[in-house]
Amino acid sequence: MEQANMEHAEDHGLHLTPEQEYGISKLGMWLFLGTEIMLFGGLFAAYAIFRAKYPELFLESHQELNREMGAVNTCILIFSSLTMAIGVTAIQRGKQMLAGIMILVTIICGLGFGVVKYFEYGAKFAHHIYPDTNIFFSLYFMMTGLHMLHVFIGLAVLGVIMVLTFKGKFNEKYSTPVEIGGLYWHLVDLVWIYLFPLLYLVG
Amino acid sequence: MSEHTHSEEKHITSYKAYFIVWVVLMVLTFLTVYVSYFDFGQLNIVVAMVVASIKAGAVALFFMHLKFEDPITWLYALFPIGLLFLLIGMTIVDTFTRIFPL
Amino acid sequence: MANHTIANNVYVPFLEQKGFLSWFLTTDHKRIGILYLISISLFFLIAGILALLMRFELMTPMSDFVSPHTYNVLFTLHGSLMVFFFIVPGLAASFGNFLIPLMIGAPDVAFPKLNLASYWIYLVGTIITLYALLSPADTGWTFYTPYSATTDTDVVMITFGVFVLGFSSILTGMNFIVTIHKMRAPGMTWHRLPLFIWASYATAVLQLLATPVVGITLLMLIAERSLGVGFFDPAKGGDPVLFQNFFWFYSHPAVYIMIIPAMGVISEIIPVFSRKPIFGYKAIAYSSLGIAFISFLVWAHHMFTSGISEVAATIFSFLTFLVAIPTAIKVFNWIATLYKGSIELHSAMLYALGFVFLFTIGGLTGVFLGALAADIHLHDTYFVVAHMHYVMIGGTVMGFFGALHFWYPKWFGKMFNESVAKLSWFLIFVGFNVTFFPQFFLGIQGMPRRYATYPEEFESLMALSTYGSWILGLGVLIMTVNLIKGLYSTEKAPQNPYGSLSLEWQVPSPPPTLNFEEIPTVTDWTYGYGKKKEVDA
Repeated sequence: MEQANMEHAEDHGLHLTPEQEYGISKLGMWLFLGTEIMLFGGLFAAYAIFRAKYPELFLESHQELNREMGAVNTCILIFSSLTMAIGVTAIQRGKQMLAGIMILVTIICGLGFGVVKYFEYGAKFAHHIYPDTNIFFSLYFMMTGLHMLHVFIGLAVLGVIMVLTFKGKFNEKYSTPVEIGGLYWHLVDLVWIYLFPLLYLVG
Repeated sequence: MSEHTHSEEKHITSYKAYFIVWVVLMVLTFLTVYVSYFDFGQLNIVVAMVVASIKAGAVALFFMHLKFEDPITWLYALFPIGLLFLLIGMTIVDTFTRIFPL
Repeated sequence: MANHTIANNVYVPFLEQKGFLSWFLTTDHKRIGILYLISISLFFLIAGILALLMRFELMTPMSDFVSPHTYNVLFTLHGSLMVFFFIVPGLAASFGNFLIPLMIGAPDVAFPKLNLASYWIYLVGTIITLYALLSPADTGWTFYTPYSATTDTDVVMITFGVFVLGFSSILTGMNFIVTIHKMRAPGMTWHRLPLFIWASYATAVLQLLATPVVGITLLMLIAERSLGVGFFDPAKGGDPVLFQNFFWFYSHPAVYIMIIPAMGVISEIIPVFSRKPIFGYKAIAYSSLGIAFISFLVWAHHMFTSGISEVAATIFSFLTFLVAIPTAIKVFNWIATLYKGSIELHSAMLYALGFVFLFTIGGLTGVFLGALAADIHLHDTYFVVAHMHYVMIGGTVMGFFGALHFWYPKWFGKMFNESVAKLSWFLIFVGFNVTFFPQFFLGIQGMPRRYATYPEEFESLMALSTYGSWILGLGVLIMTVNLIKGLYSTEKAPQNPYGSLSLEWQVPSPPPTLNFEEIPTVTDWTYGYGKKKEVDA
């Protein structure tokens, strides 16, 4: 959308300075993140209610999940957040090469997260655990599935931004898309920070 | 209008600050996994949520630069969380005070 | 109020460009507003015809015109189309798009391409929903579980359509919030903003933060039907009332998504045709935000008879009464604005007065329903049907028609026939009351809603209601023809036919593509009519 604005400014006469556009895009992204919190919020609310209702079921079921794999994925995502943040600072300082590489590392981490998740889902299916097994696994599959969808969207967005970064479209004067994409990626991390303990650790 | 000027000043966070935040996040992750092997009863979820919230706060404040944002951004970052608590809280009040629990 | 001039020699109205692509690919907020206007009007007419069919069936106690199943399908479609395709996007998307940038002195919204994308998403949602009509759902527009999880009709498709539509609503809301925060012209401070902008802002907050909850709820329902999960199925440990909790967490605020923009319209029309400054500007402005906030706290008043506890019901009943406060503040301030005003009964003003009158009835009967004890008796009766139509037609639709007549010359640069407009207003006003007022009595006597048949003792009131629906339908038909005919009239509308002080009237009709030749500098508030000039900001 931030790019949309730039093009729009040319063909339509909506004269926004890069600074104005920066403020507009960032506020827009934060609003969108608020929406995302409420979207996951319904599932968190369902989790809270059913956990309070069936504590034993949640305790038993969560032991089926692989705590180590969850921990590995947490580390991967947190590391990807670090590289993303470094990428943002790099482009704000005009270091296009470093920024591009950092975004690339972020993407690789995201893919790694997906691979681990793929094996986790596979292991569950091998043990005949499906979304309709019980309420806990319904929540597990829906929450991690929706999160995974966000990872994929984030990867697609970052892919485009990476290509544009390597092409030299961004610099210290104009880095809005990198920052906006970064905000989205951090949200993916934020959600996982809650999903991991709720599903894998305390059940 | 004051909010026009605020958001346009860019604050660049140093690489070093990011690394410190990352180390803190990793330590907290290790801590929360380690604690989960002990059974403290109801305390487990409290500890897990407190640690998660500290981590989330660190990500939001530093990685997402919320620390340097204007009041409007803070408002729209915090308001949904308040609404979420409202949704969870009121739904729980309903579920556990039902006349005919299902 | 604005010191700027329009150079006529470079003026190109935004309607100038022709051709399908110039509309389909437009990023001009005024054109996107027209796209929404056409879409929602079509759905309004379709859903209105469905309502006429229902009323026709209800003329006699027997189920003779359509079968009970068809009747269920009819009210489901009428409700879903009206709510999700007409009234929720409604005023906010059509007039919001058209007016917000013009009123705040901006060349366009903050994200013009996203604005177009929102419309496309709306279109995709409508296409999915139309496809779902191959096997239309019979659940009612609320999709309550457990029935919606088990019925043989195609619930997944229509809920997915509504889910997609939700995204359009969210993105529009986000766009408008950012626009109002960041795109105001120099000097356009918060307390100089037209009240329609305050209303749109409150609406946008609700769209942004309530819609995702219904999104995830519908996803859970889809998972329930397609993956066999049991969030709402007691047999699998789930809870059907949880669906109602989540659904109303959105759908109650959604009621205010529907009504708040209409309140904004009324706040614009009344001062212009009373030639007086609006009374209690700040009270009206902040009451919009107040309504939006309180709307998040009251959702369970839809569930008093769903088995929730006395504790929960009492809390929610009390919170529900709070809604009456900001609402009444608005009504009192409108009446105070009218008081000793130099009133001109233009058709738009007639709709605004109709709004104040009918919405007050709708609002007060809402207080009856909010009272726990009364609601136990009245819940799911025709009283609820009448109340909700007094708020939705008497409120929102009156506001919508008022807005159509008020901004028509600005938007299209043409004039409609004023006498015919007055006639159609009269028919709509009378027809509406004849249709829905008897339903209050039906409800009090215990007639439940959503039945194709009824005991014979209700026949006279039911038949009266059906006759009323014909008058109402005729009125809407005449109004529609009049407005469409006006587009082809040769009479050009002047720039500012009503002498309004708001920014959108200071540009030519229809406005040029970029709205303002030069971004205006605002020096005063919008409502300085008459001699008494209130210095407010």
